[in-house]
Amino acid sequence: MSPMLHSILAFVQAWWVELLCALLIVLVVPLIAVYIALVERKFMADVQARPDSTRVGPHSLLQQIPDALKLLFKEDLIPANADQFIFWFAPVLSMTAALTSMGAVAFGPWFQVARDINLGLLFAVGVSALRPLGIILGGWASNNHYPIIGALRSTAQLISYETTAGFALVSGFLLAGTLNVRAIVEIQRTDQAWFVFLAPVGFFIYLIASIVETNREPFDLPETKSELVAGSIAEYGGFRWLLYFLAEYANRIVVASVGTTLFLGGWLRPFPNVRWLIWLDAAPTLLLAAVGAYCVFRAGKQPAREQSLFMWAVALACFVVAAIFALAAPFGHLPFELMHNGLYGAFWLLLKVSAYIYIFTWLRFTLPRFRFDQLMRLGWHILIPLALINVVDVGIALALSSEFGLNRWLSMVITTVATLGAAMLLLHWNDKYADAASAGLLADSSVVEGTHAG
Amino acid sequence: MLDSVIFYFFAGIAIVSAVLMITRRNAIHSAIFLITTLLATAGIFLQLRAEFLFISQIILFVGGIMVLFIFVIILVRLDVPLPQVRWRTQKWIALLVTLAVGMEAGVVLWFARKIPGQGLIFPNPAPADKLHPNTEELARSLFGSYLLPFEIASVLLLVAMVGAVVMAKKRIDA
Amino acid sequence: MPIGHYLFLSLALFLIGAIGVITRRNVLIVLMSIELILNAVNINLVAFSRYFGDVAGQVFALFIIAAAAAEAAVGLGIIIAFLRNRETVLADEMDLLKW
Repeated sequence: MSPMLHSILAFVQAWWVELLCALLIVLVVPLIAVYIALVERKFMADVQARPDSTRVGPHSLLQQIPDALKLLFKEDLIPANADQFIFWFAPVLSMTAALTSMGAVAFGPWFQVARDINLGLLFAVGVSALRPLGIILGGWASNNHYPIIGALRSTAQLISYETTAGFALVSGFLLAGTLNVRAIVEIQRTDQAWFVFLAPVGFFIYLIASIVETNREPFDLPETKSELVAGSIAEYGGFRWLLYFLAEYANRIVVASVGTTLFLGGWLRPFPNVRWLIWLDAAPTLLLAAVGAYCVFRAGKQPAREQSLFMWAVALACFVVAAIFALAAPFGHLPFELMHNGLYGAFWLLLKVSAYIYIFTWLRFTLPRFRFDQLMRLGWHILIPLALINVVDVGIALALSSEFGLNRWLSMVITTVATLGAAMLLLHWNDKYADAASAGLLADSSVVEGTHAG
Repeated sequence: MLDSVIFYFFAGIAIVSAVLMITRRNAIHSAIFLITTLLATAGIFLQLRAEFLFISQIILFVGGIMVLFIFVIILVRLDVPLPQVRWRTQKWIALLVTLAVGMEAGVVLWFARKIPGQGLIFPNPAPADKLHPNTEELARSLFGSYLLPFEIASVLLLVAMVGAVVMAKKRIDA
Repeated sequence: MPIGHYLFLSLALFLIGAIGVITRRNVLIVLMSIELILNAVNINLVAFSRYFGDVAGQVFALFIIAAAAAEAAVGLGIIIAFLRNRETVLADEMDLLKW
């Protein structure tokens, strides 16, 4: 028994960082996911020009916790003719795929479960290929035609846009020359340019593809309430629904992190190599202190004493974290890698990921929903050719700058203009085709007829 | 030691899932067990330090081919369990022949381990930390020595796409 | 980890796939067993690639995955076309060419 114990202890000792990060992911991501839902509610209230609830906790900050507890206590219903095993298994598969792909995501140079693997981002992209499986098995196991239709629509949408997202990411990988997450961010630091400035078309294609990949408005036809009750998750209630919900939000965090790491500089602060902007390093501390001060300011204005106390507690937490950041300041001389690289990197990465998710939320409440054939047309007729042309153009730009000695920025600008020209051409052709299709001039408009629900 | 544990874990899952796959009545249950077999195979690829094949297996086989299978099973309603049929003589003969082939190959493998100079000679594998990055080696080989098969594979996939669309298209009778 | 272990695993999966192909009536499960056979061959190739240090085995395995995808797509298309005509998925009843 003792040599087995020794080998287990040796394993834990060698891998404690990764195990700690894995534990943090499993414990913290559900909490973050429900709070992203809270931010969405606040944003929705703002966009729809109405006040949001302020009941549970100040500004209803504690609302999500009773919501989650309610879901845990709901009755667990399984439809009579449903496949028992798969009904249980499908949300578990979704959640497993979502959390596993979080393993490859690096929240800073220190917080990463799969550290320094040469696959890096491709691991996150690859494991997310298991997403359609959870959805389609869940839909089938419900033995009900609404979930099956929702599952089939969702799967068709997801597998179409996986290719798009992959090609958009390939243009970023071409610029980086490697798949290793740490190396990608290092190259963005030494080149002093986020890849979004070198390959903007790739970033925007990935932005659109990531919205579709996570079944998000305006592409959420598989789970709309007006069409398909709740799509493939119609029969799931209580804790099973919570698993699907968490998987969906964790997927959003994953695609946002992949896009941020590859295109938006990962955990670098803006302009990391510019000496006179080094005061930006104090931004985390100042930002958190400002949030704490705002909480103190609002604490006096809360109607109830408990809410006021809660705001004081939040303010205290903000000040404590700001103090930790101040102590770990890079212009101090702390040798501990966790504090310096880890915390600051994590802050900047989470800031950018939050901005990405904010764009998701913004588009959610602004754009109307895409019809399914419009979605498919967008994917196959416009985005995949454009993504392919983008890959070719980025390759041409790299060849121009390395073989012919042209300035890198100039070659990137030239090829970006070429890609945008191709995009306009594709859109022009597509407009003609779409007009013809909707005027009923094409014989094979059976797709349009089939999904034209009204 | 960790290598062996990982290998036996994934190998066990692969074999058990494979046996379950060929014995289920419901086609979707078979598909799910094939998915677990494929994931276990991907784990074995990872254990053999073939990282790119590991992720390719997951993206292509599990995320592509198996989703296609499940799609077809659901759309064409093949998931209804078929009436069970008694085992017929033909199946016993098939099992016997398969077992005979298996034992033959197994015996060869078993006895060839220990004969020095005869049988199969295997050098020891390179230690894992001295390997080149797998993706780069694969890319170098794929776009270098094996460029022609690569291009032929792309033509093959194009032909398969056209073929699948043509075969599955509904013919609108005049 | 002696290579024999990988070869035995590959052999076992191959035989299980072969049994599946021969003994199942449902044509879809036959197709899935064929995919299992291709996987067994992949394990064999990658094991040899590791033990000889030559990446050609992995390149070959990648091509086999691509060919498996192509074959699965066309095979399923054929099944769908056949199903539309004959309404059956049982291999016993697909006997048009029998004398």
